[in-house]
Amino acid sequence: MARKGGSKQKKMNARVDFTPMVDMIMLLVTFFMLCTTLLKPQTMEITMPSDKDDIKQENKSQVQTDEAITIIIDKDNKIYYFEGKQHEAKLQETAYGKEGIRKVLLKKNLNAAQKVAKLKTEMQAKFTSNPLQAEKNKQYYKEQLSKIKNADGTPTAIIKPSDASTYVNLIDVLDEMQNCYIGKYVIDKVNDTDRAMVKEQLGRDLE
Amino acid sequence: MGRFQVKKQDTFIDMTPMSDVMVLLLTFFMLTATFTKEEPVAVNVPGSVSEIKIPESNLMTIFVSPAGKVYMVMDNPTRQKDMAMELIDADMLDLNAKELEAFANVPTFGTPLNTIKSWVNMEGPKRNEILTKSPDAGIPCDSVNDELKEWVKAARKACGENMRIAIKADKTTPYKTIKNVMNSLRSIDESRYNLITTLKSGE
Repeated sequence: MARKGGSKQKKMNARVDFTPMVDMIMLLVTFFMLCTTLLKPQTMEITMPSDKDDIKQENKSQVQTDEAITIIIDKDNKIYYFEGKQHEAKLQETAYGKEGIRKVLLKKNLNAAQKVAKLKTEMQAKFTSNPLQAEKNKQYYKEQLSKIKNADGTPTAIIKPSDASTYVNLIDVLDEMQNCYIGKYVIDKVNDTDRAMVKEQLGRDLE
Repeated sequence: MGRFQVKKQDTFIDMTPMSDVMVLLLTFFMLTATFTKEEPVAVNVPGSVSEIKIPESNLMTIFVSPAGKVYMVMDNPTRQKDMAMELIDADMLDLNAKELEAFANVPTFGTPLNTIKSWVNMEGPKRNEILTKSPDAGIPCDSVNDELKEWVKAARKACGENMRIAIKADKTTPYKTIKNVMNSLRSIDESRYNLITTLKSGE
């Protein structure tokens, strides 16, 4: 090919070197990756009874029935429970987890547990891939669950953590309330009667 | 002479797809970033099966260290300032404008009310040292001297009805402190609050 004229056009390199930019972006990505918390912490919602005396009196008379189960949390991860009224009850020692307190509570709440199991199979049959319907199902499940949990005849749990117990003990017990579908529970203080009971029946000092 | 011609290899690699992906990642992380607030002591939060997520905004966290000291964390400096102003109005706190501004920007606080002024005037690292090491650190919340009550009351006034209260405590925190915190919340009719936990894998 013949070249016209003498002007030689220099071929420009159209490529831009991206390396510094990529370097910098890598750095920024690393920074954000390390600084973010993608997993938001879970939370447990809890409603405590108010301090007003009239409510307290009413609550006390309500829970002092045969359907009540009282859980006393002691130090060193010890846990005791008794069922029904305090003066005629036998204090039992148990453990945390599946084989311990959960077994006790599920046995106590057998009726509700069966209903929930039935509800769960019902929900499985209803399973759809339609997100709208799935949302509706979820809502329905929640409603039914809370109905079962708060129905008449379900046990009431009274949780009494002693001063020497730790926070994780309390959370574990509250967790079991969810696991065992107990809708009615209160956190109460350990009183002298409880102390006397532990001393008398188990020979331990409750703080 | 049959000379073998070495092909000149181009050493320039095309970075464009890589930088594309990188920019995408960067944008994703920048948009989803929620920075962890600085906390004076590391806590190991207990696990639970509860699946409720913590509310995003307008949250006041009561932070209980393993040793049983109580601190407070607000999620927004403006609200922290409003809360402090409520306390100043109630004559419980004495800060001038500059100190108030400094107080609004501290991530975590937790000293008795009468030492807040001197605490705010310290340098950053010194403040943390006081929070973690000093024996009087922590908001008093026993039945004799219940300052936590005043803080929460002021926060409720400053942040309105929608403010959620959360308690974040370590696994080993003695229940005694938790009881005190719950009692002081109960005494001001704050009966609904959240306990912060992490997800426990099902058994």
